Amino acid sequence: MLNDLPDAPLLSVRDLTRYYGERIGCADVSFDLYEGEVLAVVGESGSGKSTLLSLLATELEASAGSIRYRMRDGIARDLATLTEAERRLLLRTDWGFVRQDSTQGLRMSVSAGGNIGERLMAVGARHYGNIRGTSLDWLGRVEIDRGRIDDIPKAFSGGMRQRLQIARNLVTHPRLVFMDEPTSGLDVSVQARLLDLIRGLVSELGLAVIIVTHDLSVARLLSHRIMVMKGGRVIEAGLTDRVLDDPHQPYTQLLVSSVLAA
Amino acid sequence: MSTHVSAAASPEAGYNFAYLDEQTKRMIRRAILKAIAIPGYQVPFASREMPMPYGWGTGGVQVTASILGRDDVLKVIDQGSDDTTNAVSIRKFFERTASVRTTTHTREATVIQTRHRIPEETLREGQVIVYQVPIPEPLRFLEPRETETRKLHALAEYGLMHVKLYEDIARHGHIATTYAYPVEVAGRYIMDPSPTPKFDNPKMHLMAALQLFGAGREKRIYAIPPYTEVRSLDFEDHPFRIQTFKDPCALCAATGVYLDEVIMDDRGGRMFVCSDSDFCEERRSAGHRGSMLADAPAALTGDSTHA
Repeated sequence: MLNDLPDAPLLSVRDLTRYYGERIGCADVSFDLYEGEVLAVVGESGSGKSTLLSLLATELEASAGSIRYRMRDGIARDLATLTEAERRLLLRTDWGFVRQDSTQGLRMSVSAGGNIGERLMAVGARHYGNIRGTSLDWLGRVEIDRGRIDDIPKAFSGGMRQRLQIARNLVTHPRLVFMDEPTSGLDVSVQARLLDLIRGLVSELGLAVIIVTHDLSVARLLSHRIMVMKGGRVIEAGLTDRVLDDPHQPYTQLLVSSVLAA
Repeated sequence: MSTHVSAAASPEAGYNFAYLDEQTKRMIRRAILKAIAIPGYQVPFASREMPMPYGWGTGGVQVTASILGRDDVLKVIDQGSDDTTNAVSIRKFFERTASVRTTTHTREATVIQTRHRIPEETLREGQVIVYQVPIPEPLRFLEPRETETRKLHALAEYGLMHVKLYEDIARHGHIATTYAYPVEVAGRYIMDPSPTPKFDNPKMHLMAALQLFGAGREKRIYAIPPYTEVRSLDFEDHPFRIQTFKDPCALCAATGVYLDEVIMDDRGGRMFVCSDSDFCEERRSAGHRGSMLADAPAALTGDSTHA
């Protein structure tokens, strides 16, 4: 698998900074992300995780710094220079965003099949039978009963909604997926199944993922690398096992030692 | 379309020709010109208060008032009919404020204001059809934010429209949208054809007449210039189809026209008749007889009865 990785990073972030007036949202964040790599961003509430994710997903404009993304044609481009049309095309084809609040990531009054098919139709699919076939296939892959294809997400449980979000995002075979606390608010057994699913899909599809979480066990299970944030800055970064088993910074040590053992 | 009219020539003292003041008409004409230049694009305009409630055609009336000239002949239809309340009152409104000639004959009219139908008779060059539009935004029920729908139009991101059609098929087995059926105009903008039955959609395609749309409450004007391509959205395996009717019109025996269902009694009796009343009357006067056409008693014949 490692041999397949191209040399150039998929995403290359340098000195990314965002101010909210005088306050720092996040500051001087730099990292590279390669294809198929899962990066966890951990930290307490207010540490700048969500700001960073919004910046990366181009939902927020950076105060300083750059984000370069290697497009499907192999050319790395600065995201700030994309036109609105290019940016939105990227968002609905090459990227995915699984949100903490499923009501923001799904169309709640549109059936599960329509939710999954939306991206396909947005890029020009005009054959109902094919769209429906693809939707059914994806429902199966995210372990939702195929008989629920015409039900609306309002009738779904929290765990099912998150799985539907994943299907909706992955249907166009994106290369980069952002996940914002995808498992929070779910009970532990549902969480475990969802994590298992995400892990399977990530390795099967070779996805690059940036996952924001405050749950270190989620980070340990899914990610290859970890960035620890505090006060808007990255205070420690490295391989997941190294950071969690041998934390260098006092704050990271505090985080790791705060995890309740089951 | 004369603009300067002396007050003395106006039939109703105190009103400008066709009710609206000239500044307002110029503003609306500018919006109309822009709309014609960008087929299917919704042009915002400063809609005025009209002496009728929203939903009764305030948008259409303002467009008509702005394009009406002294020599125009006006026809107003409501659901295809010339003699329903809305059509009669708008026709009278322009008779009083503009003293233009009015007609019920599609062929004679130069301006046709319509609510929810396109006449059966093919419109020709030089005619203008003005649609009354309640909700001009075809994406509205899918995306409630105006800022977002404008962006979707600007970027031609219309996947959402097909999500609606997908939902139709998923729920009903076919595209169940029967009116306000979305169309793509000139290969660019997705447009709501106003709540006309989808039966009328093919008539919009390459129509010789100018089509103007006015939404008074929503303050939007849009247009389809003559001979513009208008395509109804669909799926490859669920192509667009218009409604068909089993029987011909019960009064004039016309086929291939849009029929209204009329309930006759409370025992399930019903008849299907042309929704286009002018078309139906002309056929009857030409001698066509439907299965349920009776000979009216002499006392009821004549023009004054349903005025």
